[in-house]
Amino acid sequence: MLPISLSPYALDTMKADAETAFPNECCGFFYGKDGEVRQVIEAHPVQNSKEGDQRRRFEISPLDYIRAEKYAMESGLSLLGVYHSHPNHPAIPSEHDLKQAVPVFSYIILSIQQGNFDHIRSWQLDEDGAFTEEELQVPAAT
Amino acid sequence: MSKIIIPTPLRKFTNNEAAFETAGATVAASIEELVAKYPDLRQHLLDKEGNLRSFIRIYVGEEDINRLEGAETAVPAGTDISIIPAIAGGSGAAAVAQEPVTFSKAEIERYSRHLIIPEFNIEGQRKLKAAKVLVVGSGGLGSPLLQYLAAAGVGKIGIVDYDVVDDSNLQRQVLFGVESVGKPKVAEAAARIQSLNPHIEVQTYNTLLTSDNALDIIKDYDLVADGTDNFATRYLVNDACVLLDKVNVYASIFRFDGQVSVFNFVDEEGTRGPNYRDLFPTPPPPGLVPSCAEGGVIGVLPGIIGSLQALEVIKVITGVGKPLSGRLYLFDALNFEARTLKVHRDPSNPLNGENPTQNELIDYVQFCGTGYAEEEHKAEERPVKEISVQELKKWQDGEQDFQLIDVREPHEYEIVQINGKLIPLGTVSDHADEIARDKPVVIHCRSGVRSAKAIRELENSFGFENLHNLRGGVLAYAREIDPTLPTY
Repeated sequence: MLPISLSPYALDTMKADAETAFPNECCGFFYGKDGEVRQVIEAHPVQNSKEGDQRRRFEISPLDYIRAEKYAMESGLSLLGVYHSHPNHPAIPSEHDLKQAVPVFSYIILSIQQGNFDHIRSWQLDEDGAFTEEELQVPAAT
Repeated sequence: MSKIIIPTPLRKFTNNEAAFETAGATVAASIEELVAKYPDLRQHLLDKEGNLRSFIRIYVGEEDINRLEGAETAVPAGTDISIIPAIAGGSGAAAVAQEPVTFSKAEIERYSRHLIIPEFNIEGQRKLKAAKVLVVGSGGLGSPLLQYLAAAGVGKIGIVDYDVVDDSNLQRQVLFGVESVGKPKVAEAAARIQSLNPHIEVQTYNTLLTSDNALDIIKDYDLVADGTDNFATRYLVNDACVLLDKVNVYASIFRFDGQVSVFNFVDEEGTRGPNYRDLFPTPPPPGLVPSCAEGGVIGVLPGIIGSLQALEVIKVITGVGKPLSGRLYLFDALNFEARTLKVHRDPSNPLNGENPTQNELIDYVQFCGTGYAEEEHKAEERPVKEISVQELKKWQDGEQDFQLIDVREPHEYEIVQINGKLIPLGTVSDHADEIARDKPVVIHCRSGVRSAKAIRELENSFGFENLHNLRGGVLAYAREIDPTLPTY
């Protein structure tokens, strides 16, 4: 797996979204440049469209997905993946995450403990259909 | 012409092309053109029969084709067709990248018949070993359940029961032998399954499951298998499972009938299935549906139904197959017929309907005792005159002229009787004229419940005032007056 790096702007957007959504799960897309290092430039929160209990589930509506692809085309950035939060759970993909995962995308998970950002990890589906962790380069705290 | 927008994850199969021009008049024709040009895409979009895969959604413009005409939806010129992968997930399931579960050589050999099933394999076995299952009730249903779950290698099994083994259990509760009689069920059950599989952990709770302890006991388990024999505990287990977000694998038996279902199961798309309250919003009036102790059960039936329950537990844990969620399986042993009914979620469910009103456990004994009209309740509760077996014996020995009526069923009368006149409960009103009014009448059944009902019915409808209920029924008579009589 190639490493993936986050811009401070993208990281701040994801953290703020995840902490605001607590105790529910948040979700969103991120965009950037694919190359030797997958560079995440910006992240865009989208509505968690999961009906019912959102504390342990998220879902992104098809129309939001269409908009995300459209935004990528218009902005010249690549749609690199999906982020979501695990409230009071570690940033490790669950069975649900695995069953719904698609290849190529990076899946960034933020662990939020009692409302505060705790840690962040990134995963990608490998050839065998299992999640492999990606090396995540996070900007130093300012 | 229109355009198919290729989602980013699939562009590696289209040489990184983001869009594909097509002249297809329908979605199906357009997709067919696309996969003809990029054959590697076919397996990602279509199944072997050529139908669109279920996890792929297709939109024409801004509308889901499933809301239009599916694959046959017409594509107006200039409209975009979007292929959309499902984007969903969440923390609400076991983490997949946790500490690896490993097996000793002895375990590998023991579980080899699981390991060689392609869709089960060592992954399924790992999930079993990592699983913690609580079995509520270690009687008829608990017997096959506990043995099969232990043998299959469920890593931790909890057993809740407050009862001791009785002679009358042995006809169906095959966990126990004659040496178990009089001993606590949980201890006997634990010893039996631990000898069946020493590689698992067994924890016992020698207590009645109540509103005070249920959440504390259940919270440590992944899944509950309900093998109880009464409505109060059934609602308690159900509500606790919904409140704690646990799957409840349910079964029940009565005489020749069995039921199985999987409650509060969340499928891989995150949709939660119904629970017991969606199926039965309120309990039946007390006494309408007797328990096995009152109504009897054919001994092999819990063996069949409890085994089906064990099967569903294993399926839910391993994710193999399609669990019995949203469906109720009914087995009629007399006619050897089985039916599977659909169960839907009820918007008025107090636990997780549209306007939930209940977020804690309640008093289930009261709930199941008052789930019917208050007036009827009072009539039921009005005490009837009673007589002890010792007094009856004196009357029988000639101290008093009286009439003895037995309101049990003919087949029970054949097992044991004490010279009463047989008038089964269901027919007492039809035979009211055969009941004496000029002398005391003693009415009895097996334990005293049905005879009290018969007395109330006769008093209310025919104005009898000379009826006495034999306290403890023929069971007490056999125990205290004539131990040579068999009990059942």
